[in-house]
Amino acid sequence: MNRRVRLLVFAVGAAGLAAMFALAVAGMPPFGGAAHPYRDLAVPAALGHATANVVASVTFDQRGLDTLGEEVILLASVIGAAALLRTRPGEHEHHPLADPRQPEAVALVAYLLLPLILLIGLNLVVHGHLTPGGGFQGGVVLATGLHLLYLSGGYRSLRRLRPIEWYQWVEGASTLAFAGVGLGGLALGAGLLANVLPYGPFQQLLSAGTVPVLNVVVGLAVGAGAVVLLGQFLTQAVAEERR
Amino acid sequence: MRVLAYGVAGWLVLVGALGIVRSHNLVHTAVSLSVSQSGTYVLLLAVGYQWDAPAPVFSPGSPVSLPVVDPVVQALAFTDIVVSATVTALLLALAIQVDKTHRTVDPDRLQSLRG
Repeated sequence: MNRRVRLLVFAVGAAGLAAMFALAVAGMPPFGGAAHPYRDLAVPAALGHATANVVASVTFDQRGLDTLGEEVILLASVIGAAALLRTRPGEHEHHPLADPRQPEAVALVAYLLLPLILLIGLNLVVHGHLTPGGGFQGGVVLATGLHLLYLSGGYRSLRRLRPIEWYQWVEGASTLAFAGVGLGGLALGAGLLANVLPYGPFQQLLSAGTVPVLNVVVGLAVGAGAVVLLGQFLTQAVAEERR
Repeated sequence: MRVLAYGVAGWLVLVGALGIVRSHNLVHTAVSLSVSQSGTYVLLLAVGYQWDAPAPVFSPGSPVSLPVVDPVVQALAFTDIVVSATVTALLLALAIQVDKTHRTVDPDRLQSLRG
């Protein structure tokens, strides 16, 4: 199919989609109105479980099973990328003896920001049930913050301080731990991923039952998963040589 | 305003799809898919919006003032973002493998099967 025909087919499809979308929008409740039936159910449920961040309550408490599925999607994607990017026959990993020198200003800023960004990531994970943030966001901040090591010390220091095999184990074990917390609810007779821990006082660090536990577990899983993913791509870019 | 928020969502989906159709580079294709998918975030957040309602997060020290905007669609947008990130990672890994096997990342030049 040449490009002209392809664009023509796309134009027909796009026009059809745009027309149906416009019809759907015309029939929707007005933008910014007060009719939000799901909100009216979700907010009292979150307040009943002493969870200050209602989005975290929806994600980890009210629809915990969906988040377990999301965790498994993440694990599958990490496994898929690792399988796709493994060393192929005829390739070998080679490790440069000396890194190209970074500009000193970049290295200095990266050194200064490394502990700060790791702290922000931990803060996002631990306070996920109280303030905006949570395990997914904090895990990504932790993983990308760790790669400031690459900017400051180069690939060799990143490799030394980031043993990727450990992160693979953390990724698997934390996904298992998420399922374990869910099965704990089942064992207590409350149902899979039910919020079985004491709810605690509203807006306090120890509140919201299983939500902070799941946040920490997800933070570990996402952080380790992102490190493994970025590690695979970095190996492709830096350390793999075609023969 | 009502038309604008939904219009932006629909436009992002279509312009991302147009980018996929016109793409000359598989990395560009993957990024176009992300653009298309970001239209769904705008749509979800537009569905849950309410004028003069704060975010559905009652951080310590702030009073519980109702109503808030819809937290359910925010959680859905968040699931959407995670799925988008994992799909992008897999597509980029596939693009690397295509480049290794075919020595090109132009979809128009990927005609034959090669092991």
